[in-house]
Amino acid sequence: MGESTVEVGTKIPDLILPAITRANLALYAGASGDHNPIHIDSDFAKKAGAGDVFAHGMLSMAFLGRMLTDWQPLSALRKFSSKFTAITQLGDAITCSGEVVEIVKNEGERLAYCHIFAANQKGDKTLIGEAVVVIGSNCNGK
Amino acid sequence: MLDRNKIGHEFESFSADVEKGRIRMFANAIGENDPIYTDESAAKESGYKTIPAPPTFPFVMDMEAKDDLPVVKLLDLNIGKILHGTQEFEYFDRLYAGDTVTISSKIADIFDKKNGALEFVVVENTYKNQQGALVVKSKNTLVYRNGGHG
Repeated sequence: MGESTVEVGTKIPDLILPAITRANLALYAGASGDHNPIHIDSDFAKKAGAGDVFAHGMLSMAFLGRMLTDWQPLSALRKFSSKFTAITQLGDAITCSGEVVEIVKNEGERLAYCHIFAANQKGDKTLIGEAVVVIGSNCNGK
Repeated sequence: MLDRNKIGHEFESFSADVEKGRIRMFANAIGENDPIYTDESAAKESGYKTIPAPPTFPFVMDMEAKDDLPVVKLLDLNIGKILHGTQEFEYFDRLYAGDTVTISSKIADIFDKKNGALEFVVVENTYKNQQGALVVKSKNTLVYRNGGHG
């Protein structure tokens, strides 16, 4: 995406995910090394009062990361943060969205400040975050 | 109440390898299909020196500590009562397959809300590569639910 097309108000293309399955959580636990049983062991989750296993917050943050790097190159990402505002349950279908809220010029670079969020099929926001992305530099890979 | 004397505690730093297979597995687990994460030539064509790690991958490196979750051990937490509150990354460069990253971690703050029913533990990390260059900083907040121990 070219420099000229990113302005305040520019929407980051949505990333629409399929419903979360137990298999997703098992795979993510194994790949990430986050073996907290609350995400993969229903018996443990019930004993802990959670009802059932639920998704790792960091799985949804990884989805937000996919949205950002589908839009601009990985090398353009300077800051990326999330607040985990609601639990993502099994069966939830997450959509990631975002928008440029400010453009700042700093030392010859053009930085896009973005509001980003993940929401479930009911529209409840599960993650709310921010990202700072360099626009239009040919900084691919540095 | 969690022990406020642990504010400022620095965990023993540790090193971990950024493995190509681990990046591939992680990309697969998050549904990321960009070939830069699996194919060295695709990564180079996109301008990366080799296969880079996805944006949230530093958190994966946290899990390579000797203790599964050092903060859980230090503060004697019940893992079933922990929620992830916030996560922040600041990037100065990228982690690449083949790097050996050294992670230093400290407890920046512990505070509570709702008369102690919820406690918050803020952990700050730095990630340096084998050249000693600071690649990423991160900060995360764990939420600890004290209600009804057991």
